[in-house]
Amino acid sequence: MKYIDEFRDPVAARRLVNTIEAQMEAIGHPVRIMEVCGGHTHAIFKFGLEEMLPDSIELVHGPGCPVCVLPVGRVDDAVAIAENPEVIFATYGDAIRVPGSHRSLAQAKAEGADVRTVYSPMDALQLARENPDRQVVFFALGFETTTPSTALTVLQAHAEGIENFTIFSNHITIVPTLKAILDAPDQTLDGFVGPGHVTMVIGVEPYQFIAEQYQRPLVVSGFEPLDVLQSISMVLAQILDGRVAIENQYRRLVQDGGNPVAQNAIERVFELRPHFEWRGLGSIEQSGLQLTQEFARFDAERRFAVPALSVEDPKACQCGDVLKGVIKPWDCKVFGTACTPQNPIGACMVSSEGACAAYYNYGRLTTIRRRDSASA
Amino acid sequence: MCLGIPGQVVSIDDAEKLLGTVEVGGVRRQVNLACVVDEEHPVQDCIGDWVLVHVGFAMSRIDPEEAQRTMELLHELGEVADELRAMRGEPA
Repeated sequence: MKYIDEFRDPVAARRLVNTIEAQMEAIGHPVRIMEVCGGHTHAIFKFGLEEMLPDSIELVHGPGCPVCVLPVGRVDDAVAIAENPEVIFATYGDAIRVPGSHRSLAQAKAEGADVRTVYSPMDALQLARENPDRQVVFFALGFETTTPSTALTVLQAHAEGIENFTIFSNHITIVPTLKAILDAPDQTLDGFVGPGHVTMVIGVEPYQFIAEQYQRPLVVSGFEPLDVLQSISMVLAQILDGRVAIENQYRRLVQDGGNPVAQNAIERVFELRPHFEWRGLGSIEQSGLQLTQEFARFDAERRFAVPALSVEDPKACQCGDVLKGVIKPWDCKVFGTACTPQNPIGACMVSSEGACAAYYNYGRLTTIRRRDSASA
Repeated sequence: MCLGIPGQVVSIDDAEKLLGTVEVGGVRRQVNLACVVDEEHPVQDCIGDWVLVHVGFAMSRIDPEEAQRTMELLHELGEVADELRAMRGEPA
């Protein structure tokens, strides 16, 4: 864990923490802020930001870890595709250990499936070029940060007329997700720290409904500890002033309009699915992306039979409640015992962006228990 | 996957396909530059640019100071070694 004196600019960090303390005193009631992005979750744990904040601020860790929200049924589908003898199944390293109902991709590989870890969808396309007698399937995952890369790769495959390349699309989109969180009946969030790199692609405008329809502040944030602290302070300032607005703390990277090239590529290649299932959050309308009719020949779900079943999480696993912010990771019965980063039962323990792995790796138990007993 | 990694464009490999080579923490790797070029900043002008690379695609131009700070952050988060290993095409 880091101490504030070790920050790049400890004076600025101290000043921000003091400001936040004064803001909370003036607000006079507890505040719940959700950080949507898994990158922020990772940074918050690594730098111990929760420890620096007044106990009256609760940070709720959002669903912005693509690997964590992938439901078991989709992992099973991926394994089923990968087990076709003609298939080379290309996946990001993050996804290879996510448990399915019978096996993960890593276990399928150990049993003979040709599963390859790739860094980029371009690497998967290169595998297709090099193996014309095989079918290469890319396991496409992620929010709008990675969707443009998949879209541009499909456009490249299209331009080259490559026939043996498809994608298994599990891309998800941020706005319907936030809407589902805000529509949940037990929702008590006071504001959001918004994702930095998703917003770099989509721009600030798509979040306006959060201020206009739901009267909640959202501040798009960078990933350094000072960025996150400043963004939290900006959310609190809005609460204090009785304002609601979408603000951009990450101007050095995020243009208000986003990235037009990336947006055009997504729009050309993908369309919204009517429904998409999430681990823990259930089915969310129009939250998943599939290829449009024009690019349907690159759709692995049309080329290969998949079980396409909705599968419950293992009974012992409470990833769903963790993802909804209903329980803290250490409230889960298997946390740190049967479920560890080395032998994960649930997806939240697999990725470094997952709340369970973050709690486990950075040992935040003391603080959380202290807070819990204080509020009990 | 989400945080990306900063690198500097050292060459243009295929101007038509908008492919260039980026050096990231001593590792050289071909990336797609489509998202950082436009009419005012054609692909030839990308050499020397610092860019933020996500899964093999340059997603944003950044200034050198931001690149250095982001690299330091990634080091602190323990994400650099895995990212560079993935970029080199080595198994996790």
